[in-house]
Amino acid sequence: MTDATSQPIPQQRKNIFQLLELDTRLLGMVGAFIILCIGFNLFTDGRFLTPRNVFNLTIQTVSVAIMACGMVFVIVTRHIDLSVGALLATCSAIMAMTQTAFLPDVLGMELGNPMIAPIAIVVGIVAGTAIGAFHGWMIGYLTIPAFIVTLGGLLVWRNVGWFLTRGQTIGPLDTNFQIFGGTNGTLGPTMSWILGVIAALAAIAGIWNARRAKSAHGFPVKPVWAELTLSGISAAVILGFIATLNAYQIPQGRLRRMFEASGETMPEGYSIGYGLPVSVLLLIVIAVSMTIVARRTRFGRYIFATGGNPDAAELSGVNTRMLTVKIFALMGALCAISAVVASARLTNHTNDIGTLDELRVIAAAVIGGTALAGGMGTIHGAILGALIMQSLQSGMAMVGVDAPYQNIVVGIVLVLAVFIDIVYRKRTGDA
Amino acid sequence: MTTPLVEMRNMSISFGGIKAVDDVSVDLHPGEVVGLLGHNGAGKSTLIKMLSGAYGPDAGEIYINGERATITNPRDARSYNIETIYQTLALADNLDAASNLFLGRELVTPLGLVNDSAMEAETRKIMARLNPNFQKFNAPVSALSGGQRQSVAIARAVYFNARILIMDEPTAALGPQETQMVAELIKKLKADGIGIFLIDHDVHAVLDLCDRASVMKNGKLVGTVNTKDVTDDDLLSMIILGKNPNDAAA
Ligand SMILES: Nc1ncnc2c1ncn2[C@@H]1O[C@H](COP(=O)(O)OP(=O)(O)OP(=O)(O)O)[C@@H](O)[C@H]1O
Ligand SMILES: [Mg+2]
Repeated sequence: MTDATSQPIPQQRKNIFQLLELDTRLLGMVGAFIILCIGFNLFTDGRFLTPRNVFNLTIQTVSVAIMACGMVFVIVTRHIDLSVGALLATCSAIMAMTQTAFLPDVLGMELGNPMIAPIAIVVGIVAGTAIGAFHGWMIGYLTIPAFIVTLGGLLVWRNVGWFLTRGQTIGPLDTNFQIFGGTNGTLGPTMSWILGVIAALAAIAGIWNARRAKSAHGFPVKPVWAELTLSGISAAVILGFIATLNAYQIPQGRLRRMFEASGETMPEGYSIGYGLPVSVLLLIVIAVSMTIVARRTRFGRYIFATGGNPDAAELSGVNTRMLTVKIFALMGALCAISAVVASARLTNHTNDIGTLDELRVIAAAVIGGTALAGGMGTIHGAILGALIMQSLQSGMAMVGVDAPYQNIVVGIVLVLAVFIDIVYRKRTGDA
Repeated sequence: MTTPLVEMRNMSISFGGIKAVDDVSVDLHPGEVVGLLGHNGAGKSTLIKMLSGAYGPDAGEIYINGERATITNPRDARSYNIETIYQTLALADNLDAASNLFLGRELVTPLGLVNDSAMEAETRKIMARLNPNFQKFNAPVSALSGGQRQSVAIARAVYFNARILIMDEPTAALGPQETQMVAELIKKLKADGIGIFLIDHDVHAVLDLCDRASVMKNGKLVGTVNTKDVTDDDLLSMIILGKNPNDAAA
């Protein structure tokens, strides 16, 4: 018998994608997204890819994208959550009532007190997590199907939200709270550049660290030029994104008001870009954390194992019931965070906030490659899915497509995307 | 006689009125291999699943080293160092060999993150012992052959220093060479003092590898015999006719 440990690992002939270990499915989605953007840009005479529109697109995507991150875990474990839009509404109502009624009236906090926003956010996240955990408990321990629990949840929480506010619009929300909404909270060009450079360096360090860990165990690694190309592309995308957001200038009238608010007069000819919105930064932080959770933590490993074979996971000692509770609790927390972003963007809590979001969120996750059969899905895919959906919607609006037609197109795209995915997976032999 | 490593006393379980296991008692000593035989549906897998924590019994008691053990889930079984190779293999098809091998017991970095490269390195080491032809370390196990999947399941049970090993038809999908390696492995583990329950339909393999054999029929225990006292025909008539040779002698 040969000494197996010193056997060379057989190297098959690989094509360029395999060599770069690039996910061809992801590349296909990125390709579709780029074609979509260029197409809309042509049809709108270049209005689609302006810094202004890119900025608006990203802030419109954030709320759905944050929830889509959680939906990936839910769908990977073969569940579904139809209640996310309604849960968002309830969390938004709770936070709105906390900051406009409970804290000022009951605890006597003055309007503008810096503690109002953080307290309201914590209250909202605790409520969202608790409601999500309750859903998870019914699904995991009482074994009621997730479809039913969350369908019930959709009806319940949509109307609990209504009940809490008596159906009224609540606002304006606290000014610190509004920082998470988009235009009211941006980092400015300098800070954005600093973060962009740090992110680019982190991405490059990540690529080379992974390579070091592999070669330390004697596993095959990609050629150096491939790593260099990948590092270059990552850095270019990150910095290009920052440059675009920085290029969107704050309107003069708004700038003047900002200066007046701080008691200064605006210098003649002054102009400054928005930079990275706080809400987008929040999404990025959530996406990176969720990706680490998915790939590098036991919790994430158990989520994927349970999705692949629930019995095997249970027999391997995974407490799949408790896992279900945790996944839905996380989903609830993310709904609350989305509620912060969505209501801050509107500067008010409105009664219909988050309506139909469950469908957008599920569609984003599914377009992003999350398999409803379970066991498969990525966070970045879901975010790209959310971005594609939002681009389709805003692009069509800019081209002048009527709302009913927009929905027809989005519906067709969803079905088509899943069909293409099925064909793709059959061909590549992925499960 | 020494205290048995495992004693299952008067175990019963039914599924919707059908008694899958009916008042069955078996035991196992350190360094002993006990074969479980019986027709399809006799209740062998169900019996050992009560030991591995997959099913809670309706009645019966389990003693480990003479002490009453409560095993209500697979985590309890693991805490008694009971490892199981299930007939269905119990693999998460979407994960690779290393993730399956360490499922529920991942190696982690000092920061508490799962350490995939360390797990892959360990997996390569143990697979080199069990199945040197195995090379698909980065593919999900759904892309493996039946025998390769079985090797992964065996590796998982063997890696974690089991004291009690349950093997439910471990060689069903293996080729002759791999089957031979599993036989060698069983002998080696036995020499290390591990107790093994081996479910197998091959009477010759059972006679060769096991010290004793318990035969089940329709959920009931037909009897337990020392393999050196019986012939393959004796075992076959126990399996098919449910006749206990000890009864005839008595
Ligand atoms: N989860 C279950 N639900 C309902 N019935 C079951 C379940 N598991 C086993 N049974 C029934 O219990 C009986 C014993 O099954 P078991 O799997 O223990 O047989 P076995 O002896 O392992 O057979 P084989 O040699 O085919 O593996 C069978 O009649 C089977 O149909
Ligand atoms: Mg069986």
